[in-house]
Amino acid sequence: MAEFLGNIPFLTIIYLMPLCAVIALFFIPGTNHKAVKVVSLVFSVLSFIMSLLLFISYDYKKGGLQFVEHFDWIPAIGVNYFMGVNGINVALVLLTGIIITAGILASWDLNYRPKEFFILLLMLTTGVYGVFMTYNLFLFFLFYEIAVLPMYLLIGIWGTGDKEYAAMKLTLYLLVGSALILAGLLGIYFATGLHTFDFDKIEQFAFDPTFQKIFFPILFVGFGILAALWPFHTWSPDGHASAPTAVSMLHAGVLMKLGAYGCLIIPVWLFPIGAKFWLPVVAVMTLVNIVYGSIGAVKQTDLKYIVAYSSVSHMGVVLLGIAGMNDVAFSGAVFQMVSHGIMTGLFFGLIGMTYGRTHTRDIHKMHGLAKVMPVLAVFFAMTGLCSLGLPGLSGFVAELTTFVGVYKTFPVWTIIAVISIVVTAFYVLRVVQIVFLGPLDAEYKDLKDAKFTEIASLSILMFFIVLFGVYPFYIMELIHGSVLPIAAKIGGM
Amino acid sequence: MEQLNVLGLAIPALPLLAFLLITAITAKKKMLSAVLSISCIFASFLISVYLLILQLKAGHGASYEFSFPWLFLGDVKMSLGILINPLTTVMLIVVTTVSMLVQIYSIGYMKGDYAFSRFFSYISLFSFSMLGIVVANNLIQMYIFWELVGLCSYLLIGFWWFKPEAAEASKKAFIVTRFGDFGFLVGILILSYITGTFNFAEIQAQINAGLISPGLLTVIALLLFSGAVGKSAQFPLHVWLPDAMEGPTPVSALIHAATMVAAGVFMVARLFGIFSASPHAMLVIAYLGGFTAIFAATIALTQNDIKRVLAFSTLSQLGYMMLAMGIGGYTSGMFHLTTHAFFKALLFLGAGSVIHAVHTNDIQLMGGLHKKMPITSITFLIASLSIAGIFPLSGFWSKDEILVNIMESGHMGLYYVAAATAFLTAFYMFRLYLMTFTGKPRDAHAYEHAHESPLTMTVPLMILAVLSIVTGFAGIPGKEQSFYNFLFFGAHPHETHFNMGVALSSSAIAVSGIALALLMYAFGLIKPEAVKNASGPLYKLSYNKYYIDEIYMFFIKNGFFVIASAVKWFDRHVVDGAVNLVAFLCRWAGSKLRLTVNGGVQSYALIIFGGLVFIAAVFAVWNPDALKLLGGR
Repeated sequence: MAEFLGNIPFLTIIYLMPLCAVIALFFIPGTNHKAVKVVSLVFSVLSFIMSLLLFISYDYKKGGLQFVEHFDWIPAIGVNYFMGVNGINVALVLLTGIIITAGILASWDLNYRPKEFFILLLMLTTGVYGVFMTYNLFLFFLFYEIAVLPMYLLIGIWGTGDKEYAAMKLTLYLLVGSALILAGLLGIYFATGLHTFDFDKIEQFAFDPTFQKIFFPILFVGFGILAALWPFHTWSPDGHASAPTAVSMLHAGVLMKLGAYGCLIIPVWLFPIGAKFWLPVVAVMTLVNIVYGSIGAVKQTDLKYIVAYSSVSHMGVVLLGIAGMNDVAFSGAVFQMVSHGIMTGLFFGLIGMTYGRTHTRDIHKMHGLAKVMPVLAVFFAMTGLCSLGLPGLSGFVAELTTFVGVYKTFPVWTIIAVISIVVTAFYVLRVVQIVFLGPLDAEYKDLKDAKFTEIASLSILMFFIVLFGVYPFYIMELIHGSVLPIAAKIGGM
Repeated sequence: MEQLNVLGLAIPALPLLAFLLITAITAKKKMLSAVLSISCIFASFLISVYLLILQLKAGHGASYEFSFPWLFLGDVKMSLGILINPLTTVMLIVVTTVSMLVQIYSIGYMKGDYAFSRFFSYISLFSFSMLGIVVANNLIQMYIFWELVGLCSYLLIGFWWFKPEAAEASKKAFIVTRFGDFGFLVGILILSYITGTFNFAEIQAQINAGLISPGLLTVIALLLFSGAVGKSAQFPLHVWLPDAMEGPTPVSALIHAATMVAAGVFMVARLFGIFSASPHAMLVIAYLGGFTAIFAATIALTQNDIKRVLAFSTLSQLGYMMLAMGIGGYTSGMFHLTTHAFFKALLFLGAGSVIHAVHTNDIQLMGGLHKKMPITSITFLIASLSIAGIFPLSGFWSKDEILVNIMESGHMGLYYVAAATAFLTAFYMFRLYLMTFTGKPRDAHAYEHAHESPLTMTVPLMILAVLSIVTGFAGIPGKEQSFYNFLFFGAHPHETHFNMGVALSSSAIAVSGIALALLMYAFGLIKPEAVKNASGPLYKLSYNKYYIDEIYMFFIKNGFFVIASAVKWFDRHVVDGAVNLVAFLCRWAGSKLRLTVNGGVQSYALIIFGGLVFIAAVFAVWNPDALKLLGGR
C-alpha cells in the first residue's frame, strides 16, 4: 500500500482537508448551522480516515521519513516545501485526526456563531497537521503559528468566565514561546551556514558545543511553554477553564503536544551536547511538573482546573521521558503524548457535556450523577482510570515505558515521579466519588444521559485508549523505530 | 506442547469472554448472564483440574511456560505468558473452585438486585484478572493483573455505588493498596534494570548465580513485598479491608477472603527465590505477618458486625500465612492459604446467608438462628472449628504445620505470638458462632422473618464444608503423596514431621479458646459486660481498631491536604503572580514611556541631543582610541 500511496501527495491532502472545509464554510450561510457542522465533520472524518491509512501503511520495518514531498519554494534562503513522516509523526497525525473528529462531534450543540467557530477550529487543525508533517523549519514555524493564534479568538469569543483575561494571557504567553523559537530557528539557520531550513541537512551538521549550550535552553523553553513545562504552565489552567469544550479538547489534546514534539525534534535531536548539558536540569523541572501538578489538582474544586493540573502532571511525564535521553524513555514520552492527548480529549469532552447539563463545574455542587447519566459516568470513570495508570488502558503503557526508560538515566528522580500514581489515584477517585457516586441531588433528577453525537465522540476516543492499552505493540514499534536515531545521536542506546 | 498453550490461555480467557459477552449482549437477560458466567468458570475449573492431574503425574520438577510479545522496545522486552508449575496448579484450583461456588451462591443472594448481570460481569472480570496473576510468568504481567484485581475490588466494593459508605470504602481500598503498589512498581523497575528481564525464571537464574548484591536484593525484596502488604492488607496498610465489607457478601467471600487478598501471599511464594535470598527481608515478612496476626485478632474480639469480625479474622489469618512465608515455610504458608480459602469463603457465605435472612449485620440483634437455618448453622460451625484448628479439620493440619515450622526456625517469640493468635481466633470465632446461632433471639422481629436460604445458596455452603473438612488430609505429614511432596521450594521437599507436642498444645489452646467463649456466651458463667468493664481502655482500643483510621485521617487532613492547599496557593499567587507581575511591569513601563511621545519638537530635540551625548560617552569609554577621532589626544 505504501508504494501506491507514495505516488500521490498523501500528506498534503491530509492537512488540506480541514482547509478545504474552511473554504467550503465561507460559502455556506452562517445561519444554516446544520450544514456548517456537517461540512466540518465530513472533512474532519476524511482527514481522520486518511491519518488512519497513513498509520497502517507506514512501513515501520524500513523506518525513516516516508511519504516525502520535496519541492523548491524559495530556494534563495532554503525554504522548501518539504513534507514527510516518521513513526512519531504518524502517531501524532493520527492523534490529531482522532481529536478533531471527536471535538467536532462534541460541539454539535454549539449554536453561537458556529460558522466562525468551526472555521477557526479547522484553521487551527490545519496548522497542527502541518507541524506534525513538515521537515522544513521555516514551514514548521509557519504552521506552528497558524496552530497557536486562532486560540485567542476561540477563547475570547466562545469562552466562559474570565475569558478575555485567559485568552490574552494564553496568547501572550505562547507568543513569548514563539519569539524564543523564532530566535532559536534563525540562530540555527545562520550557525549552519548551509542556507537551508531543511531539517535533514541541518541534522547532519555538527553544531559548536558552546552554541548548543546557549541555544538548547532557548528552544527548549520556547517549546516547553506550550507543553506546560513548570514554571511556565500557569497559562494552562486559566486557558482551559475559559475555553469552550472543543477548544479545550484540541488544546490539551494536540496543541500541548506540539510543544513536546518540538522539544524532542528540534533542541534534543539537533543539539546532543546541549541536551546532555541541560537535560538533568530539565528532569528536575519535569519532576516538579509531575508531583506538584498532581498535588495541585487535589484541592481544586472546578472540574476543568482539576483536569488542567492533571495535564500539567501528565505532560510532565512526557517531558521527563524526553529528559530521559534513551530510546525507551523517548518512546514512552511519545506514547504518552498520544495517550494523554486522547485521554484529556475525553476528559474535557466529558466535562463540557456535564457542564452543559448541570451548568456548574464545581464538584461540590454535583452528587450521584451516575444515576441519571450512567453512560457519561462510565466514560468518566474509565478516563479517570486511564489517567491513574490502570493496565489495559493506554496511560499505563505510557507511564510504564517512560519510567522504565528514565530509570536508566535518573533512578532517584524516577522513583519520586512514581509517587504520582498514588496522588493521581487520590484526586481522580475523589472526583468520581463526589460527582458521580452516592445519592443523587434532587435538582438533577431530570437530566438526560449522553445523546448520539456525544456517545460517538466519546467512543472514538475510548476505542483508541483501550486499543493502545491492550495492544500497544504495533504503535510502539512505529514510535520506537523512529526515536532510535535521536537516541543514537545523544548516545543513549 | 501446543495443547498446553491453548489450555493455559483458556483458563483466564474464558471468564474474560463471559465478561465481554455479558457486558455487550446479555446485560438485560439476568439468568443468561449468570449461566454464562458460571459455565465459563466451570470450564476453567475443569481445565485446572486437568492441569493439576498432569502436574501430579509429572511431579515437582516439571514446569512449562511460554510467552508472546506484548511490548518490545529494543532490549526491554515485555511479554505476556503462561507458567504452569505446582504452585500455579494449586492456586488455579483454589481460585476457580471458590469463584465457581461463590457465583452459584450469588444466584440466590443477588436475586432481585437491579444490577444482577453487572454483578456477574464484574465477578467474571475479577476471575479473569485473578487467574492472570496466577498463571503469570513475569513481573509485568503480574503487575498488570495485580492492578486489574484492584480495579475489580474497587468496582465490587462500590457495587452499590449510591450508598455513600460503599463509594467511600471502594475509593479507600483502591488508594490504600496503591501505596503498596507504588513500592511494587519501583521494585520492578529496579529489578528489571539490574537483571534486564522481567521473567521469573531468568531473574531466578541471575540470583542463583549471585549476580545481585545482597544489600540491593533486600531493598528490592522489601519494595516488592510492599505490594503484598497492600494487597494482603497487612499492617500498616490493613485499613481498607474492614471497610471493604460494604460490598455484597459473595464479593467479600471471593475477593476479600479467599482469593485476591491471598494474592500477596501468593506473590511472596511466586517470588520466593528473591525473598529467600535475603534473610533480612524474610525477617521483616515474618515479624510483620506475626504482628498483623495478633493485632487483627485482638480487634476481632470486640467487633459486633458479623462481616467485620470475619474481616479482621482474615487479616489475622493472612498474617499467619505471611509469618509462615517469612520463616521459610513456603509449603505450609501455601497450604494454609488453600485451607483458609475454603473455610473462610464458607464463613463469609454463611454470614451472607444469615444477613440474607435477618437483614442486619449486627450480631447483637441475632441469636438462636440455629433452629431457623440449620444448614447454615452447621456448615458455619464446621468452618469455625476448622479455623480454630480442631482435629481433624483442615485448619488443624495447616495451622499445625506452620507452628512446627516456626518452632524449627527457632523464633520462639513468633511461636508464642502464633499460639496466642490461635487462642484468640478460637475465642472470637465461637463468640461469633454462639451469639449468632445459639441462645435466645435478641431481636424478635428479625428472628420471626428468618428462614433457611434457598438451595442455590446452601449447596455451595455444603460443598465448602466438605472441602473444609477434607482438604487438610492432603497435607498430613509423612504421607508419600501429600501436598508437601508436591509443592515445595528448592530441590527437595521441606522435611515435615508430625510434632505431637505442638499438636497437643495447639489443640489445647484451641479448646480453651472455645471453652472460654462457651463460658461467656453460652453458659453465662462469665458476664461479657463484666469483662468489658474490667478491661477498661483495652476494650475501647480494640473496639475502635486502635484508632488507626483516625490517626491516618489526622495526617491526611493536617499533612497532605495542607500541602495540597499550599501548592494551590503557591501556584496561584507566586508562580502565576510572577507572570502577572511581568504583565503589569510591561504595562506600567508602557504607560510611562508613552509620556515621552508628547508631540513637542523641543523635547524630541532635547532627547536626541541627550542621546548623542550618551552614545559618544559610551563610545569613548569603551574605545579610548575614539577620542583621537574626535580630535583629542
